Amino acid sequence: MRFSIIVFPGSNCDHDCEYAIRQVLKNPVEMIWHKNTDLKNPDCVVIPGGFSYGDYLRTGAIARFSPIMESIFNFANKGGLVIGICNGFQILCEAQFLPGVLLKNKNLRFVCRNTYVRVDEVDTPFTNQCKNSSVLSMPIAHGEGNFFIDEEGLKKLEDQHQIIMRYCNSKGQITDESNPNGSLKNIAGICNQARNIFGLMPHPERVCEKELGGIDGQLIWQSISNS
Amino acid sequence: MKITPQLIQDHGLKPDEYERIVQILGREPNLTELGVYSVMWSEHCGYKHSRALLKKLPTQGKKVLQGPGENAGILDVGNGWAVVFKIESHNHPSAVEPYQGAATGVGGILRDIFTMGARPIAILNALRFGPLSNLKSRQLLTGVIRGIADYGNCMGIPTVAGEVSFDDSYLDNCLVNAMCVGVIRHDKIIKGVASGVENSVIYIGATTGRDGIHGATFASTEISEKSQEKRSAVQVADPFMEKLLMEATLELIEKNLLIGIQDMGAAGLTCSTCEMASRGNMGIEIDVSKVPLRELKMNPYEILLSESQERMLLVAKPGCEAEIHSILKKWDLNAATIGKVTETGLMVVKHEGEKVVEVPAQSLTDPPMYHPQKLEPAFLAEYRSFRESSIPVPTNFNQILLRLLADPTIASKQFIYQQYDHMVQTNTIVLPGSDAAVLRIKETNQGLAMSVDGNGIYCLLNPYEGGKIAVAEAARNVACSGAVPIGLTNCLNFGNPEKPEVFYMFEKVVEGMSDASVALEIPITGGNVSFYNESQLGPIDPTPIIGVIGVLDDVSKHVTQWFKKSGDLIYLIGEVNDLIGGSRYLQVVHGKKTGICPTIDLKNAKLLYQCLNELANKRLIQSAHDCSEGGLAVAISECCFTGIACGKPLIGAKINMAWHGRMDGILFGESQSRVLISFSPQEKKLVDQILSTYGMTFQQIGVVGGSQLLIEQAVQIDVEYIAEQFFSSLEHQVNSGGKA
Repeated sequence: MRFSIIVFPGSNCDHDCEYAIRQVLKNPVEMIWHKNTDLKNPDCVVIPGGFSYGDYLRTGAIARFSPIMESIFNFANKGGLVIGICNGFQILCEAQFLPGVLLKNKNLRFVCRNTYVRVDEVDTPFTNQCKNSSVLSMPIAHGEGNFFIDEEGLKKLEDQHQIIMRYCNSKGQITDESNPNGSLKNIAGICNQARNIFGLMPHPERVCEKELGGIDGQLIWQSISNS
Repeated sequence: MKITPQLIQDHGLKPDEYERIVQILGREPNLTELGVYSVMWSEHCGYKHSRALLKKLPTQGKKVLQGPGENAGILDVGNGWAVVFKIESHNHPSAVEPYQGAATGVGGILRDIFTMGARPIAILNALRFGPLSNLKSRQLLTGVIRGIADYGNCMGIPTVAGEVSFDDSYLDNCLVNAMCVGVIRHDKIIKGVASGVENSVIYIGATTGRDGIHGATFASTEISEKSQEKRSAVQVADPFMEKLLMEATLELIEKNLLIGIQDMGAAGLTCSTCEMASRGNMGIEIDVSKVPLRELKMNPYEILLSESQERMLLVAKPGCEAEIHSILKKWDLNAATIGKVTETGLMVVKHEGEKVVEVPAQSLTDPPMYHPQKLEPAFLAEYRSFRESSIPVPTNFNQILLRLLADPTIASKQFIYQQYDHMVQTNTIVLPGSDAAVLRIKETNQGLAMSVDGNGIYCLLNPYEGGKIAVAEAARNVACSGAVPIGLTNCLNFGNPEKPEVFYMFEKVVEGMSDASVALEIPITGGNVSFYNESQLGPIDPTPIIGVIGVLDDVSKHVTQWFKKSGDLIYLIGEVNDLIGGSRYLQVVHGKKTGICPTIDLKNAKLLYQCLNELANKRLIQSAHDCSEGGLAVAISECCFTGIACGKPLIGAKINMAWHGRMDGILFGESQSRVLISFSPQEKKLVDQILSTYGMTFQQIGVVGGSQLLIEQAVQIDVEYIAEQFFSSLEHQVNSGGKA
């Protein structure tokens, strides 16, 4: 499985993703500067976390106009896999690859801490190695991760099983206390209708080694590798 | 413009300093030159009152690759790797504009690290505020935290550790000290030196505006009502620009295109130009009409003194200019060749064809040096005469323990550090909440432990012992994580040095630090002095902040502070005594900021660190925790529950130890060099043997287990309940106005 990681000015989880995919999971990786248009023939494109363009205007709002975005659009239209993590998720929403928006956290503060998410859909290229309703421990680090969508949009997401993971407590219960940012229905990650584009706020690349406190993130990368 | 005595005074220069300038130049300076001297000879840049004393600090050591005098200190960590680190204050700007002040403080210290070629891997900070019952303190705290968070988070550099405390003396003068740690291969180290006649001098980064003009001079006066009018002396932060600047700078250095590089911090273009020239014994000639500007019609005075952020000055290797420009274009950054290196030793500045500055570069970096008057303050004798017997021994120890755990100085800082991304770069092995943060160096098996610490009240009661303790405690934090402390950086926050009482305290603290550094063999590789932290309320408590770096040759051998397993034995290494002088207990519970400061035996401290290192290396101990503010009872409590911040379960302990004297002193007194360890009973023989070999005083004081904290004859309380107080108190008090 060949991965290409997109590097925007202000991306800062690009090297963390590279390390997890290359060093820990032993898959080949290319780093792609956003001004280029060649994705270098990947099987999966990774849009990493960070502060692309300093989050100026709105998170992800400027990155969507980068030259590489058209290549990603064409790649995804042909069924290529795209995963956007944190700022990557924000960019995917801004570019309308995914529905909904990510608002400021409910308490208006940046939050970095561990969370639990329940995997509600395992029939995707990104979660096929997870057990249904399994609980993963993954950290978040964002100021704008409060997912919102209108009623009609939410119904569509639910009907088509696009809500892939939700924040929960350690027992897998979806509660208000376990919602770290005010996301609608505790939503932590969704996919598009075709199920080849996935956006999530938690950082799987940060929990791929025991030394870092957990390896649950490996399941996401292994799922992609197995697709 | 005629230089009048009023103009000289407005520039913060004394009449005899002006005379000295006239002597150096052999003529009267023009206004621009006066401005240039005034910033370089400000206390902030010139260390006029502290330099003579700082020269005595121990800065040498086998592992020191770079001591004071450069942008940051560098220590060898083995395997061809080095660690680059420094701490700096941004107190004055933060006091009038907390968000921008703190953010640019972080930005400035980051530049000091990556300008030497190192990639920053961690940010730490030490903060001081007035009590949270005061609205202004809460506003300052909120603004400062947001400033630090927004800058570090955007840069993608984890903020991994810090310390925060609250005291009346910081009401008008909050302290914001930021530290940055970077790693580098030895062969990539680069310095802020200009050499090679005719080599190009290139300006890169953000445009120059009118922000921050005279920031360095502003930081060299006391805070007053007029300080608010000087908000324009505070710079504005743009972390995104800095992220680009960092990546571009590291790429330039990686590709070997530079002779020297220096960031533009305090005193902006002026400082970087004359310092690079001066270090290389060269001259530099620049044309400020070529500087990229963000405002119209800026005159050379403004351009030279602007402290606009996110800018660098570099000297290119011959023939590399085109490649440098193309790398900066890739990162969408400004770059302008503004001058060249000369052999004249002069700093020459031109503007639209006219020469506006011509002064010897070295004269700017060699400001006057003062030996201020000193006088022992009368209050020291008063503190020494405090009688502990005047304080009645209370009986409600459960309540007192709860009160201390909820005291914002002692309580968990989770509310703060969760606003910082402390995990990005995936190196953070020990997250915030233990004695020291531990980060791995991915390319090796090694780890770096780091901690910042300082205790104003000890220095207020006894500046010499306080200075010693500051160094020893920061090192002890690092030693508790299993690492060997190898070097330190310091930020000395004091009042007005022209007042003999303040300078007396300064001198004693520096002597204490110096003696500790020698005895513990931890060299001082650099730092920063912040004077004039003073308002109508008087000076702040003397506050040296010490940042220590330690090395673990095998990062997997790191130790954390919380208890791990039921049945493990708990040992206290160090003395059991009942002295309450200078303790947080005496302040919080009895409202008394006084007493006899604890003392420290440095020889014993050195042995303690070696002993902890051996225990960790042999993987004999499950936990190690330093006893500090709040004493033994607070430290034991923390061992019971601080693991939950890292997803570990909380666990109780049963304590039963030999003691005599007053119970409040035993529980909450702050005797130094004390560490709590826990380990499996089957390791007891080996642990005892090692402790004895190092001549440690120790005793078993209890066993890990249960859901309660039980201290015989004193405390019986559910751990879950005290944990709740400890973790929620700070946020609650920030929101509720300091009510517990």
